[in-house]
Amino acid sequence: MSVLVAAEHRRGALRDVSYEAITAGRELADARGADLHVAVIGGDVDGFAEDLNRDGVDAIHTVADGEEFDHNAYQAALSQLADGIDAGAVVLPNSVNGLDYAPALAEALGVPIVTDAVGMAYDDGLTVTREMYGSKVETTVDVAGDRFVLTVRGGEWPPAEGVGDAAIESVDVDVPESGARVTGFEEVGGGDVDIADADVLVSVGRGIEEEENIELIEDLADALGATLSASRPIVDNGWLPKNRQVGQSGKVVTPDVYIAVGISGAVQHVAGMKGSDTIVAINTDPNAPIFDIADYGIVGDLFDVVPELIDEFA
Amino acid sequence: MKVLVTVKEVAEADDDFAIEGTDIAESDLEYDLNEWDDYAVEAAVQLAEAGIADEVVTVTVGRERTEETIRMALAKGADRAVRVWDEALDGAFADVASKVDLFEAVVAEEEPDLVLGGVQAADTGFGATGVALAERIGFEHAAVVNDLDVDADAGVAHVHRELEGGVEELTEVDLPAVLTVQTGLNEPRYASLRGIRQAQRKEIAAKDLSDLGLTADDVESSLTITSMYEPESESDAEMIEGDAGESADRLAEVLREKGVSA
Repeated sequence: MSVLVAAEHRRGALRDVSYEAITAGRELADARGADLHVAVIGGDVDGFAEDLNRDGVDAIHTVADGEEFDHNAYQAALSQLADGIDAGAVVLPNSVNGLDYAPALAEALGVPIVTDAVGMAYDDGLTVTREMYGSKVETTVDVAGDRFVLTVRGGEWPPAEGVGDAAIESVDVDVPESGARVTGFEEVGGGDVDIADADVLVSVGRGIEEEENIELIEDLADALGATLSASRPIVDNGWLPKNRQVGQSGKVVTPDVYIAVGISGAVQHVAGMKGSDTIVAINTDPNAPIFDIADYGIVGDLFDVVPELIDEFA
Repeated sequence: MKVLVTVKEVAEADDDFAIEGTDIAESDLEYDLNEWDDYAVEAAVQLAEAGIADEVVTVTVGRERTEETIRMALAKGADRAVRVWDEALDGAFADVASKVDLFEAVVAEEEPDLVLGGVQAADTGFGATGVALAERIGFEHAAVVNDLDVDADAGVAHVHRELEGGVEELTEVDLPAVLTVQTGLNEPRYASLRGIRQAQRKEIAAKDLSDLGLTADDVESSLTITSMYEPESESDAEMIEGDAGESADRLAEVLREKGVSA
């Protein structure tokens, strides 16, 4: 049985999680004494195949079908490939697009799926490490049988490196007509300010409780000469515009100083700001994951601390 | 058209919690309607208010206790509810295929044109059931939808899918379809007092496995949680101590060192 990894690309470029999934796939292939196959579907498949030919990849299958992601084509191609190479283990990115086809593929293959893996071990069978309860705990999950689909969280495995000597072959896939058609893309979050340009960001999260309290954080940003940004719930609530959102689905920021106020530090948020030079966190929950990546932390009520901090700079 | 909304009562851990065996202690958990599902319910109710949906039915997998949470969805405007539970489901960590077995049977009874559900459940965070269900029942699908416009006459849902990095994919999906709904799609309403009163009279149909033509073997899970633990803190943060004034003072000193000034 071999291991099959699918690469992910968007608008002409491979996404990093493709190389990370190759590392996870190689780990599994080693544990199972199997070959590692990589599939790349749509877009510039020949150019992508060259980039994906990293150390440890035994074979690359290119499927020329359209330019962009189409879950129908991905599922058809991976079903056919998985059958053809007897792929017992399929490793896919736990991305928005990954979650648009991985569960359907597992269902079509009749195998269990485990999503959002942050670690794994393979002995007699697969044991996946994943989070639960909003990152408050980790669990180990045993998977029955030796066939499965696994999706891996971005940033948890190092990217595959080097140059491999994979056999590259083109595969014809019969893609059935789809009832879901991509008609275009839209950039969101443009507007008056680009938070990615700021040297100092004051970022507000759910701990602010009410819309009218946002003003307090605006005052802090003014006092510090900083730009105001936010975590997802604030933008979902319509309290600040989308262009202020830091995180996986918003902007990735790397300011000199990032001050997280009332932000717990969900993984999607951290993905957008962990590259900041200095991270300060103010939060009431001492176990909040934001403190794991902070350089300075205050466990306290933002409604007590922030006014005092504004006074310091007034 | 008829809209079926999958809803789940999820557990949230208190700030301080204990782990007993392979789960958090019951006394340290608070239960609520899954945040993502709240947006799915709102989307369905808005379709009913726009005259596009004739009926909104919620379906949940959960023990009797979850009826309180389900009534919240009814109070917001869903017409009736189906609750699936069976002793065979007790204590197991249901895998995606088992949940799909249950929902498939309910879909066969209800024959919806559109199935809405949250992208993921806040507690288990799998994010897989909706798309797997679509495959099983032969519906089209789109995952992580943050904009929805249903054209019932044309039998198409125009959606945006929220990709990473501030990019949205515009997609048209033929009905019948399963859509998984992202937070921010709409503004979920609060239940009105009148809605809460009306919800008391709305039907919650309880079904067990035999009602759905299933057996315990059908829902045997391929997944087992073998351990649960608090991840070791990787924090090397300097924790600033003291009352609000003292900690603000020290933080101001740090920020000035880093060159922060108005």
